[in-house]
Amino acid sequence: MKLNKGSLFALFAVLELASDSARQLSTTDIAEKYGISTHHLAKVMRNLVHAGLVQAVRGVGGGYRFAGNVSRTTLLDVIALFETLESELDVPNHWSHAGDPIVAELRSITKEIDNLTKAVLDTITLETALKSTRRSTEAAAGAAGDKP
Amino acid sequence: MKEQISIRNAVPSDLDAIIALDEVGPKEEKPAYWRGIFDHYAKGGKKDRLFLVAETGGEVVGFISGEVRAWEFGSPPCGWVFAMGVSPMRREMGIGQRMFEEICKRLKQAGVTTVRTMVDRDNKVTLSFFRSQGLRTGRYIELEKEIY
Repeated sequence: MKLNKGSLFALFAVLELASDSARQLSTTDIAEKYGISTHHLAKVMRNLVHAGLVQAVRGVGGGYRFAGNVSRTTLLDVIALFETLESELDVPNHWSHAGDPIVAELRSITKEIDNLTKAVLDTITLETALKSTRRSTEAAAGAAGDKP
Repeated sequence: MKEQISIRNAVPSDLDAIIALDEVGPKEEKPAYWRGIFDHYAKGGKKDRLFLVAETGGEVVGFISGEVRAWEFGSPPCGWVFAMGVSPMRREMGIGQRMFEEICKRLKQAGVTTVRTMVDRDNKVTLSFFRSQGLRTGRYIELEKEIY
């Protein structure tokens, strides 16, 4: 699976903002942290505002803050705003054997993979992803602290 | 005031409440199933077979059942959680987490270091719950086919 840039940037932004829903961050703050294009992220943020996942805060010190439900919103909910996660077989449109049994079998297999991918992403909430991130960070800090 | 939840071993008088809480599958087939499960897991006091309930104010509001299984599918001894339910009126109160933590503690005491479960991919609530407890896709893949 390769997420498109829109999905990935949206996940960065939503998880970053949801990790502290009282905090406001600008597009530049998020883009600098993840080393991504501010211009592209700005477009992504507009989609996230439209979807109700983040809220634009105007004025001095303005930016964005999380406005969704951290325990109900899944990673797939965010990704689905930008792509469908359907695998594509690059079969030429003009090819006369598009209905070939082998093509049909390959389509069936890619569908099986897509369904598994979606089942994973649709059951990881933002809260779970953040909890897991915190656990990993704490474990890494603990391991670093144990070193002589 | 926050209600006190206690987690304890299931006893025969809990059976009707457990059947009422069970939401999976056709109801009419379940009483005999649960009686069998109860006989196998709640009686005999074996530390590797567990059947627990969550209780508050004298009311059973959740159940969880599991056991240690060894060498099935070539797997070394491992804890399995195969049934779990929480009253719909008592969800998002941490009852599932308390029961899961208790069964993990007891499975660990029984000598295993891994816990597994299997959930219908459309059962988003239960899948999300187990993911929130840190479970990830494991190394065994379930395969099936229809046989006519």
